Amino acid sequence: MSIKNTLLKFQSIIALLVMCIVLTIMSDKFLTPENGWNIMRQISVNVCISVGMTLVILTRGIDLSVGSILAFSGAVAAGLLKYGVAMPSLNIYVGFTVLGALLAGLAVGGGLGLFNGWMITRFKVPPFVATLAMLTIARGATMLWTGGFPITGLGEDFAFIGTGWFLGIPMPVWITAIVVAIAVVVTKKTKFGRYVYAIGGNESAARLSGLNISKIKVWVYALAGILAAVGGIILTSRLDSAQPNAGFSYELDSIAAVVIGGTSLSGGRGSIMGTVQGALIIGVLNSGLVLLNVSPFWQQIIKGFVILVAVIMDRVNHPNED
Amino acid sequence: MSDNHHILTARDITKKFGGITALDHVTIDVHKGKVNVVVGENGAGKSTLMKILSGVYPEYGGDLFVNGEKVNFSNPKEAMQKGIAIIHQELNLVPYLSVAANIFLGREIVNAMGMLDFKKMNGLTRSLLQRLDCDISPTTLVSDLRVGQQQQVEIAKALLEEAKVVIMDEPTSAITDSEVENLFKVIATLKKQGVSILYISHKLDELFKIADRFIGLRDGKMVGTIEDADRATKDDLIRLMVGRDLKNLYVKEESPIGEEVLRVEGISLPKDRTKSGFLVKDVSFSVRKGEVLGIFGLMGAGRTELLETLFGLHPKLMTGKIYIDGEEVKIKSVMDAVNLGMGLVPEDRKEDGLVLQMQVSKNISMASIDQTVKNGFLNDRLESKLAKSYMADLKIKASSEKQRSGNLSGGNQQKVVLSKWLATTPRILFLDEPTRGIDVNAKNEIYHLINDLAKKGLGVLVVSSELPEIMAISDRILVMGESRITGVFNQKEASEDAIMNAAIS
Repeated sequence: MSIKNTLLKFQSIIALLVMCIVLTIMSDKFLTPENGWNIMRQISVNVCISVGMTLVILTRGIDLSVGSILAFSGAVAAGLLKYGVAMPSLNIYVGFTVLGALLAGLAVGGGLGLFNGWMITRFKVPPFVATLAMLTIARGATMLWTGGFPITGLGEDFAFIGTGWFLGIPMPVWITAIVVAIAVVVTKKTKFGRYVYAIGGNESAARLSGLNISKIKVWVYALAGILAAVGGIILTSRLDSAQPNAGFSYELDSIAAVVIGGTSLSGGRGSIMGTVQGALIIGVLNSGLVLLNVSPFWQQIIKGFVILVAVIMDRVNHPNED
Repeated sequence: MSDNHHILTARDITKKFGGITALDHVTIDVHKGKVNVVVGENGAGKSTLMKILSGVYPEYGGDLFVNGEKVNFSNPKEAMQKGIAIIHQELNLVPYLSVAANIFLGREIVNAMGMLDFKKMNGLTRSLLQRLDCDISPTTLVSDLRVGQQQQVEIAKALLEEAKVVIMDEPTSAITDSEVENLFKVIATLKKQGVSILYISHKLDELFKIADRFIGLRDGKMVGTIEDADRATKDDLIRLMVGRDLKNLYVKEESPIGEEVLRVEGISLPKDRTKSGFLVKDVSFSVRKGEVLGIFGLMGAGRTELLETLFGLHPKLMTGKIYIDGEEVKIKSVMDAVNLGMGLVPEDRKEDGLVLQMQVSKNISMASIDQTVKNGFLNDRLESKLAKSYMADLKIKASSEKQRSGNLSGGNQQKVVLSKWLATTPRILFLDEPTRGIDVNAKNEIYHLINDLAKKGLGVLVVSSELPEIMAISDRILVMGESRITGVFNQKEASEDAIMNAAIS
């Protein structure tokens, strides 16, 4: 019994290890440093988004707009960096440094997330609908901002964020690791984190304990927006290009990572590290299937089944939840 | 049992929930073609008995007989097939389907093509509703009907199944006076057609209008019947309902009563913005330090709503003034209430009191988490220490402070909720049905705790629908009925009859 429980508890790590071992046997290209860093770099964007998504889902919400917010914040940062803001009638031109453009991108992400949170708490719009609306709004805004064309040629300094190395580790991995570390501390060790779990676990009890539910939820969606912007900046930098259709359907990969990582869609249960494992499983699977020359069509089907298996395992672990 | 007059008989019915006995060898008969009324306080076991009779609870001790034939229902559908239908307090209709579609839900009539035969179903629905003298079109959406009309649709649905016994659980609790008149007409019509009614209510006035006989339940036991309802008096009924004894279990210790800590004046809570009806109407009272103020009332009297209003849950709708320590305060949210030193132990601890999947310690620190924060971060050691001290004080039985709250017994869960509020060092504590669903020993412990808190100088408000309980633990008793205060008693001058009389008048 206790062996079974231990197995269930570490199911994602075990699944990850099994996948790695199988892939190592089946492909000599899998267990190489290059491939390792590749996988890490590829999942970094998803991990950043998914950290925010975890917070949202812990409160029993959902955020469908992260992919579009990612695109818009990346495009804003890229556009400001490249063109600045010009107001010819006033004879004003404001140029942006890399740091300035980054902060502007993050502010845009945070602002859109804030708007999501405001709709959800002030007007009681269900999270699914509010963020679905934001999904199209932010995508449309990206199209408007870019005119439908990529913004490219962003300079070496900016490219360093997505492609540079520091102390032998790729920059995106550094950024993601810092995001994850902060998120772990916030969820485990701060009032805010505790309240996030409490609201998802039983919103009514949390309200009757005097918690400011609206304020906490608004913050959660704002953070999800900021983290989507972080992902957007990494992606834009890595490609040296802000694509108008960047981040398309990223919300689904992100929800998949959260769910595979064992966070309950009914709120109140889950963890940041679980989500990181979920994203790793998706990343390793993607990379492995590519190395094994599995057709992209099959890849999608397999990924779908992995999500189902993960959730079924989760049901076995927690049979009493609705 | 083959008495022609007894369409339905329950013999020696016993039902336990965990360690709590809800029904203890109850034997009742439902007389054919009569309105059989079950009376009893909240918690007497009325609803549990009805749920057994209608197949909602398939497991119980004892036997059921329909027309002398022994039956064993494993679900409500089987009960229905034997002619027993229940109209629940909460109606079970699909709002966006028509009346006819609801009545035929699950037994739709189809034509030769396999398509729904609307004409036939609408026609049958019309004739069913005519049987009840109801003027409702079969094609109306249920969501467009008033609650009283929806109830009639439920009854029509029961008739479609040719119900012989219709059980009605507090059918008048949610409908208006004119709808009550309509319902009574429907009941009279059913009676004429030979349908037997088993009716639960505690609104005495209406009972006298329709009852043919009374059955009294108290503490899960059958205490007697009044066969000729016309000759029964109000006092007879009250005697059937009250008369439990708790005195040998718990004796209140006197605590010194200090100055006034909370005073409220003219508190009202309308049902909605139109102010057409009130959940709480013009309530004024005060509580002093060290005093336990009991608030008694039957279900729907407005007790819970009163506590919620004072606790800042309805800031936009409420009117009236609240004074703490003699100073007027504005309570715009629960946060305000907590900051002013109030705490509320809600009626439903699982829904509103606890985060069940969280550890005991995390629930205890929930409302006062700042005292477990050190250098900006939650401190596990401080939190455990806080939790352990309350677990020891309140004798909470748990494997450790890290145990999941959902795994504790009801009594221990209630103590965790209490601890959460005690950790905020409140001055005023509201307890809403603090002993509901917990066993006798835990109840007793809660009573002593309430007493201890009063002795420490807290002002304590306890809402309860258990008469012996409220009489045993309160210094003063406020009685609510129909959203208003209908009586105030000092403990010494209070009698069960007088309190019950105030509650139902």
